Formats: sequence, C-alpha cells, structure tokens
Amino acid sequence: MTAPVPPPLVVGPITMTDIVRYQGASGDMNPIHHDEAFARHAGFPSPLALGMMQAGMLATWATDWLGADRIRRFRVRFVEQVWPGDILTSSGTVAREYEEDGEQRVDVELVCRRQTGGVAVLGWATFCADERGALS
Amino acid sequence: MVDHAAVGRSGDWFEMEIEKGKIREFAQATWSTNPSYLADPSPVCEPTFLTTMIFWQGPSSNPWHEVAMDQERGLHAEQEFTFFGAPPRAGTRLKARSTITDVFEKEGKRGGTLTFAVMVTDFLNENGVLVAQSKMTGVETSRPPEEPS
Repeated sequence: MTAPVPPPLVVGPITMTDIVRYQGASGDMNPIHHDEAFARHAGFPSPLALGMMQAGMLATWATDWLGADRIRRFRVRFVEQVWPGDILTSSGTVAREYEEDGEQRVDVELVCRRQTGGVAVLGWATFCADERGALS
Repeated sequence: MVDHAAVGRSGDWFEMEIEKGKIREFAQATWSTNPSYLADPSPVCEPTFLTTMIFWQGPSSNPWHEVAMDQERGLHAEQEFTFFGAPPRAGTRLKARSTITDVFEKEGKRGGTLTFAVMVTDFLNENGVLVAQSKMTGVETSRPPEEPS
C-alpha cells in the first residue's frame, strides 16, 4: 500500500537569494537567472528562476512521501516561467500501482503551480517498494 | 542556430564523485529537510542531484556546446533521471559520458519554429555497471521570449 499523500510543499515568495543559492549548488551559473542587464537583453523583464530549482522542489516533496532511496525514475517538463516573488506549491497523486520485474512499483504524477494557478513544472516519477513490499 | 551535425557526438569519459557535503548543500538549496539526505551517514543523492555533473564535466567531456544553442534563446525543456537501483550514495565514484542523441524541430503553439536537442549521460559505478542515466532536452526558440503571464 502506498503511504497517504502528504500536504503540498509551499515555497516562497521566491527571492534572488533562493535562485543564487540553487545556482551555486547546481553549478548552472547562466546569468539569465541573476544578471538583471543580461536578462533584459534577452527579452525578459527580470532574471527568472531555474526550472531545475522547481524540479528540485518536486523531488523534495516526492521523496519525503515515498522514500529517497526508492526512486527509480524522475522526469520533468518545464511549462511556465517562474519569477522572483512567485509562491510555488508542489504536490502530486498516484497514477498507477503495478508489479514489474517481480517488484512492486508506483508511478506518481507531480505538479508545481505558481500562485496564479499556472503550471510551472509537470513531473512523473516511479518509486519501488522496500524489501517488505511496502511503499513507504 | 542549432547544428544538426551534433547528433551522435560524445564527450570524453569523465569522473564524478558523489560527495556528502554536496548532497547536503543541494538538499538545502531544494528546500529539503529529509534525514535521508541530511542525517544518513552515507546519504543517497537527491533525484535531480546528477545535474551537478557540471562541476566534473570539462569542455572536452561536454558535447552540448556542439549543439550551438543560443544562450539567450535557449531554455531547458525537459529533464529525466533514471536509476537502476537506489540513487548513488556519498562516496561513490562514477564514470560518465554524455552523447547528443537527437536534434529535431517542432512548430510552436504560438507560431515560430522550436528546435530541440537531447543529451543523454550514462553513469557507471566502479564496477562498470550502469547505475543512472540523465536525459536533458533543451529548446531554442526562433524569436525572443514572450512576456510572462
């Protein structure tokens, strides 16, 4: 049986400090995410958040729910851009429980939404059961 | 302008060590308080942690530049990580190689051509066993980005 779905992870308002901290941790130093002049030159009104930062929020929420060592697949699609000041809500649902290669698995669908209701990131993850066959 | 000739190009093999302090830093940068990353003496890495391969992948092992995507019009479209078992733990020394596997075009919903490029990175453990795979899809738009909604 899959553990009950935990409450959503709510993060924000996103600050430039959050963005810069993620950039330093991830190694992606693209100036479009912190350099005001560079971002404007590229046609954006301000620096924007990294899609991978929001992907990290979804991963944080999903592995708190189903187990950090039990994840087998994690896929995200970046949809809407995220800006400093945004408030982001990450959550998800069980899509399918099944057996594969003699192992109990669960597929979950994830979504990170902006305060506007717009979808920032969509995600799909697969977790496997532990040695007792329990999913978290 | 994206170069279709990049398909099939691989970078050199590179090493990546999964480090406990880096796992901790990454967990804190992604709002995690999970003891699996922050308290376990031998923590697994977070599902998107392998994006930090950028610290280990030198120019000769990164074929992405051959795609020649415009940094101002290039964006990350999709990202996938597959783990063939539990994600790598701190202390693991991985050997990795990146390959450009696809370049393709699509008409954007609001007009203009979008050019996508895909790079797959295989991660092998000390015994040469494939333990993880990263698949990055980037997109270049044919005109400047729209105003945010």
